[in-house]
Amino acid sequence: MPVIEVPVEKWSGTVRSVTLGATAAEGGTRSHVVVVGGERTLPFLAFEAKPANRPCIAVEVRATNPAEEWAAPLVNAWGAALGDLVAWVKAAEAAGTDVIALQLTTTDNAGQRMNAAKARAAVRTVLNSTGLPVIVLGTGQAELDNEMQVAVAEEGAGERLVLGPCEEKNYRTIVAAAMANGHLVTAKTPMDVNLSKQLTVLIHDMGMPLERIITDPTTGALGYGMEYGYSVMERLRLAALQGDNMTQQPMIVTPGEEAWRAKEARAGEGVPAAWGDWARRAVNWETMTAAALIESGADIVVMRHPEAVARVKKMIAELMAA
Amino acid sequence: MALSGLEIYKLLPGGIKPPHPKANCKECGFPTCLAFAMKLAAKQAELSACKYVSDEAKAKLSAAAAPPIRLITLSADGRKIEVGNETVLFRHEKTFYHPAALMVRVPDTLSAGEIATLARTVADYKVDYVGMALRLDGLAVESVAGEPTRFAEAVAAVRAAVTLPLVLVSEDPQVMAAGLAQTAGVKPLICAATAGNWEAMAKLAKEARAPLAVRADSLAGLAELTEKLTAAGVEDLVLDPAGAARGFAGSLQMLTQLRRLALKKGFRPLGYPIITFPYLAAAEPDMEMLLAGQQVAKYAGFVVLGHFDPADVYPLLVLRANLFTDPQKPIQVEPGVYPINKPGPDAPVMVTTNFSITYFAVANEVESSGLPGWLLVADAEGMSVLTAWAAGKFDAEKIAKTVKGTGIAEKVNHRKVVIPGHVAVLMGELEEELPGWQIKVGPREAVDLPRYLKTAW
Repeated sequence: MPVIEVPVEKWSGTVRSVTLGATAAEGGTRSHVVVVGGERTLPFLAFEAKPANRPCIAVEVRATNPAEEWAAPLVNAWGAALGDLVAWVKAAEAAGTDVIALQLTTTDNAGQRMNAAKARAAVRTVLNSTGLPVIVLGTGQAELDNEMQVAVAEEGAGERLVLGPCEEKNYRTIVAAAMANGHLVTAKTPMDVNLSKQLTVLIHDMGMPLERIITDPTTGALGYGMEYGYSVMERLRLAALQGDNMTQQPMIVTPGEEAWRAKEARAGEGVPAAWGDWARRAVNWETMTAAALIESGADIVVMRHPEAVARVKKMIAELMAA
Repeated sequence: MALSGLEIYKLLPGGIKPPHPKANCKECGFPTCLAFAMKLAAKQAELSACKYVSDEAKAKLSAAAAPPIRLITLSADGRKIEVGNETVLFRHEKTFYHPAALMVRVPDTLSAGEIATLARTVADYKVDYVGMALRLDGLAVESVAGEPTRFAEAVAAVRAAVTLPLVLVSEDPQVMAAGLAQTAGVKPLICAATAGNWEAMAKLAKEARAPLAVRADSLAGLAELTEKLTAAGVEDLVLDPAGAARGFAGSLQMLTQLRRLALKKGFRPLGYPIITFPYLAAAEPDMEMLLAGQQVAKYAGFVVLGHFDPADVYPLLVLRANLFTDPQKPIQVEPGVYPINKPGPDAPVMVTTNFSITYFAVANEVESSGLPGWLLVADAEGMSVLTAWAAGKFDAEKIAKTVKGTGIAEKVNHRKVVIPGHVAVLMGELEEELPGWQIKVGPREAVDLPRYLKTAW
């Protein structure tokens, strides 16, 4: 009988553990905290190292009703909750989310520009409606995001929120607000290992502890460049395990947003019959994107459809069971 | 595993102890045996150029030159699929070469009519993705009944309906023999040999000159079977990790171990492609597709699907196309002017990058909207709009150069150009680069283009 030595890699590095949320004992009001990161091996290779923290799912909610902008399968899944932030947060909890991701928007329900006061009210509503840790993601418009995130940071002081995205061209204001109020930040770079490291260094240089930075390496949807993000994440994780200090942040990606931008998720008519049933295909698009990213190293996936959440959650449970 | 130049040298006439009388004879065309060894290691010379190398050394050298994961071919009536021959664990290290073959299960409990319908549906399924036709690769006919005649009828029904490559699934040699008798013109995969039946299966595989899968639930169990089978003269083998290796965690772990053993340890007994059956571990079709996706990524050669649904198969095929794309060569389209829906002189002018996915996303939207348009494709080195912009390959200068270089001004009677919403910041600079042109900011996503063209152009 052949003698087989199981090929185990001896990694020298570890992904940092990052804690989302703060309970009353820690100066916040969350019912519990969520810890991500801590991996000592590539995703789910239990024969190599004891499994670390389970990847977590953050369901996206908004203060502005996206029903007109979002595709029907998504709108139908949440129904009236889309127009009621409290109901949406409760529904996301019921769908099994680990964390709530409040996505800020450029306009409110009346079509008026969002501002600091409205963003402050939105995060207050979310904090009052759930005991889960909260992520607050900006719009990508620097000026508006800075205005809103400073208010959000003050409103949620002590809650250990995650504020993002900090980008190379706009990170100072958000990082400063997060540091002043005890929050975390996401560092977002466009699918590049070196840019990702560099932004982590810049944010850390401002005085932000590495235990409060989460990397957003950016991803594409399945069929729309996902493989680039997938490989960048594999490379970041390998670098982290090989001991490269500035790549050892946990990773957050947004497969929900990306997948639901794809025509395969949005279009119900005028598409090839080979694409199959719209609702089923659309949910598959998000699920497959999220699943592939989790298996390439994602620690937090921001998702949209409750059915996709249920499947990915089940997959994670199976992968962690070993 | 490949040998280094020095390791090869130690097997050549000049490197053995004591040296061969013909050491450094130069007859191979190289000044010394060492120089020849270096060329061999770099695969720039053939061992046959040396007349004096011993048979023992030849065997060692040819074994070392064999790929670490054997290439396995299944064919049927001229259609063939190849898997194996992979060289890396991660696609960024080089590339994945042979996309995992996706097969659909055909249980022999179906009627002949149902079998024919399913087989044709799978054979006819084709979906276009960025100009590539994505297809399923074959069928896996499984003996559920355990009955030779029934299995033979099922295989015959498949063969009568389609010309796809096949996997035949049964652990009963008698049933397998009956199925194989119906496979003239096909080189199917015989699945599977086990500790209990391997001798009979080896005989069938040799008679049919077909590859054989070995089924066991441990690394040692698989290796033990492949060693017995290669000793018995069956060399085209496939691994079927069973038991705990069927599920998400077990599959990821065992398939990773198999790939590492083959590539990093050069462990011959496990240097074969792998076949998986995701439906055996994930009863619900939704979870089955997720497990299949995991196995396409890590590290299956054949994946047998338990059901066919276009809404499930399409994302899986796209996932496979994505992961098996050469990461060093983004798929690009030629820069230039692309007329869509027969545009006239008053049709809109839009600009995008030459990354194929970007181009197809934009072109498809305009095309399906039925609206005419001129699409200008800039040479952004095959990057998407945002990536190219971040990398400085899609800036105001590049866009202006594209507008001027394509001569679009002579084709249209207006001076308006739509840029992607993602690069709205370039507007000011672009107005300077393109005097006389009105720069319009389009939507960020291609999917919103038709509405934009209808309302804002």
